[in-house]
Amino acid sequence: MRPMVKFTLNGEAREVDAPPDMPLLWVIRDVLQLTGTKFGCGMALCGACTIHLNGQATRSCILPVGAVEGQQVRTIEGLAQGPQLHPCQRAWKELSVPQCGYCQSGQLMQASSLLAQNSAPTDEDINTQMSGNLCRCGTYPRIRAAIHRAADIAKEENVDLKAAISAPAAEPTK
Amino acid sequence: MSLSRRGFIQAGLAVGGGLLVEFWPQEALATQVPVGSAASFTPSAFLRITADDVVRLIVSRVEMGQGTTTMQAQLLAEELEVEPLSLVLELAGADRAYDNPKMGFQLTGGSTSTAASWDPYRQAGAVARELLISAAAKTWGVSRSECVAHQGAVVHTSTKRELRYGALCEQAASMSAPSVAPREKNFKVIGKSVPRVDSHLKVTGTAQFGIDVQVPGAKVAVLVRPPVTGGKVKSFDDAEVRKLGGATVVQLANALAVVGDTYFHARRGAQALKVEWDDGALGTFDSVAFHEEQVKALREGKGRRVKNVGDAFDELARTSSTVVEAEYFAPFLAHAPMEPQNATVWVRDGSVEIWAPTQGPSMAAEQVANLLDVPVSSITVHQTFLGGGFGRRISQDYVLEAAELSKVLRGPVKVVWSREDDMRHSPYRPAAAHRVRGLLDAQGKPHAWHHRVATQSLLIQALPDFAGAALSGPFHFLRRAAVSMGQGALADRDTTAFEGVDSLPYELPHLAVDFIPLEPGIRATFWRSVGHSHTAFATESFIDELAHAAKQDPYEFRRGLLMKEHRHRWVLELAAEKIGWTTPAPEGIGRGIAVHSSFESYAAAAVEVAIVDGAIVVKRAVMAIDCGRVVNPDIVKAQLESAAIFGLSAALKQQITFEKGRVQQSNFHDFAPLRMNEVPRIETYLRENEAAPTGVGEPGVPVMAPAVANAVFALTGKRLRSLPLALG
Repeated sequence: MRPMVKFTLNGEAREVDAPPDMPLLWVIRDVLQLTGTKFGCGMALCGACTIHLNGQATRSCILPVGAVEGQQVRTIEGLAQGPQLHPCQRAWKELSVPQCGYCQSGQLMQASSLLAQNSAPTDEDINTQMSGNLCRCGTYPRIRAAIHRAADIAKEENVDLKAAISAPAAEPTK
Repeated sequence: MSLSRRGFIQAGLAVGGGLLVEFWPQEALATQVPVGSAASFTPSAFLRITADDVVRLIVSRVEMGQGTTTMQAQLLAEELEVEPLSLVLELAGADRAYDNPKMGFQLTGGSTSTAASWDPYRQAGAVARELLISAAAKTWGVSRSECVAHQGAVVHTSTKRELRYGALCEQAASMSAPSVAPREKNFKVIGKSVPRVDSHLKVTGTAQFGIDVQVPGAKVAVLVRPPVTGGKVKSFDDAEVRKLGGATVVQLANALAVVGDTYFHARRGAQALKVEWDDGALGTFDSVAFHEEQVKALREGKGRRVKNVGDAFDELARTSSTVVEAEYFAPFLAHAPMEPQNATVWVRDGSVEIWAPTQGPSMAAEQVANLLDVPVSSITVHQTFLGGGFGRRISQDYVLEAAELSKVLRGPVKVVWSREDDMRHSPYRPAAAHRVRGLLDAQGKPHAWHHRVATQSLLIQALPDFAGAALSGPFHFLRRAAVSMGQGALADRDTTAFEGVDSLPYELPHLAVDFIPLEPGIRATFWRSVGHSHTAFATESFIDELAHAAKQDPYEFRRGLLMKEHRHRWVLELAAEKIGWTTPAPEGIGRGIAVHSSFESYAAAAVEVAIVDGAIVVKRAVMAIDCGRVVNPDIVKAQLESAAIFGLSAALKQQITFEKGRVQQSNFHDFAPLRMNEVPRIETYLRENEAAPTGVGEPGVPVMAPAVANAVFALTGKRLRSLPLALG
């Protein structure tokens, strides 16, 4: 019998029986049945599958689950702290960013990771960090505006954007 | 409002004890009778109120990003006196109650959703409100006139007593339906930029797309399809698949399915599967050769004259003045929605369940019924959110695959396409070639315009996709078309091939349009803005060429020819004003403009373009639309932003090409939408008015490519006539 892969998912210890070369995306979606993280291209070209690995935005579609042994993984389901949405999620709602919404889990994970590293990004910073995330509906102008808005919300309310994605997640949002 | 004139309303107790209101447009009702199907009056509707005080909005037009959930929520809320954001969304499955009144069957497309929802949802809200007021008045033993509906409750104004809708629903269901007309002005919710009602689901990862459906015990399958459309499996060897384990191979009629417990296992198996293919007739198809064939047909062929005003052909033949001539080309295009195609189907004895991100739930049901030879009444469709549609999900191919496989497996199965599958095995926007010849009169005004289009009929390809759903429904245009002409006869009558050319808005005495159908056998379907996506490139480029030939400003030239076409002119003027057309363009910047009407709306784009390291860079795009009455201005703006980026992606980057029948592109590295860093500053303007609401999702797309090509000409003097645009 192969050993179980152990890692922390949204603050919860998980053990999975999966081949070590199985991409984390499919472990999350098809084994653990958390479907907020999306499949778009399978080649790290579109960013729909973006998750946080130890607080860093990472493409889960090409990340073998064996490589996350003992690591911290966060998905869109764990981005909010219980009922308290992440400033990005609040800004996304405020500016009606999502259209079809399929890419937005990945966009939000990328954006929240960006803000944890840079709490007041310029348009140029945002372009650099977000251009790996495709959106076929063309929500880019609103994503950019919402990242600025999230930065403002965090400033106004003294939200620590680094802690917001590194603290263990409370009850995942239902 | 008189019920006999406007429609028929049925109210009753919903399954589960809620109040349910149906609204049948008079048109549909009239056609129900001869069809005589009792199943048409099924217990479904546009809203459901339950005793727990939850008001459900039943969403009849699928949500693929264009904002139907919010639009329908606003229409209902306007009359029902509830907050749009308080409504719980329920996506309607296949049911004749949700036929698109603009089409006669259940399809979301053609930018019809707002127009199709405008009356039914307001009416449903108004009827429900009046029933609830009646119920409260009866409960309190007071006159109806003393009661008002306010924020999800009925209030007795003099005593301030209040009953929530949930508490009233059972009583309300026993009241008789009142005659009531929705308000036509002084709107409270309509016309407001209400935040989208589907955002919360979509920012928390809880919106359920088709690919997210988890049916207990369902297998996951990937299909290995012939690399050439129409090809067949010659032989296969699954020894390596068996060795890897975790997946088994099932042979289907035209493909091999690899079935596992997860996508990973199925995909790994598929990669290990060895197949020999018989390519079939399309094994030699080459898109460059097809283009040459199109050009030859344009120059030598005749086609069918689909529009003739005056005598353009002879005017051009006998003139001694200079004739302006140009040929334009648009390639095959994929839709590439972010959610790859997928469907979950469970075929059981006597019933079939479908879970799918489809634009046509009843089309899925009809086609699966046909495939499996079961009654359509035995099929249930569970509608999900769509991770993009753009016309791709009018084709039900992915649903049929899952149905075929579920029948073999005797259990539930989810078929999931890879990005490569989606790029290589989808129906496409047809490649189209145009040849236009024009003549100016002595005053420099267009005198004659002869336009030829050589392309395939996408209706020929797509008709089988919706013939079932269309033919079983009320009598309407498609049924008439299919019955009287048949599919073959449709070929040179397919208006999607030349739409927008035949309705050229510019004032000129002689116009002739010819359509030359050329069928390559490549699967084709509706692609956001359909024929307009290529026809506007030709017409709006050519009018620009005529303006330059006449040595006139391209904007003023158009404007002068649109004096009788006010709505075209208004959006043209709006776009020109906002980009500052009359002021000189900044150094190194070229400006271009285009205007086009589609889906009964009017759109214009004005763009600023620079050339950076030999590449075309769009710096700024100004969009203007007149789509009549606006339900949610912010969503219209979002759709204009979306259309601008969708149109620019095709204008600057995208094409699907074939060699030896095989699609050459495979994933987002070689067929990509624009990325964030490539997107210009986009400004959006609405020319609001009180005309009936018309299309929003598509009309912004067609103007992008010609606006950019015109700007490139203004900047460089080089006229680009082939998409995607590139400086050679």
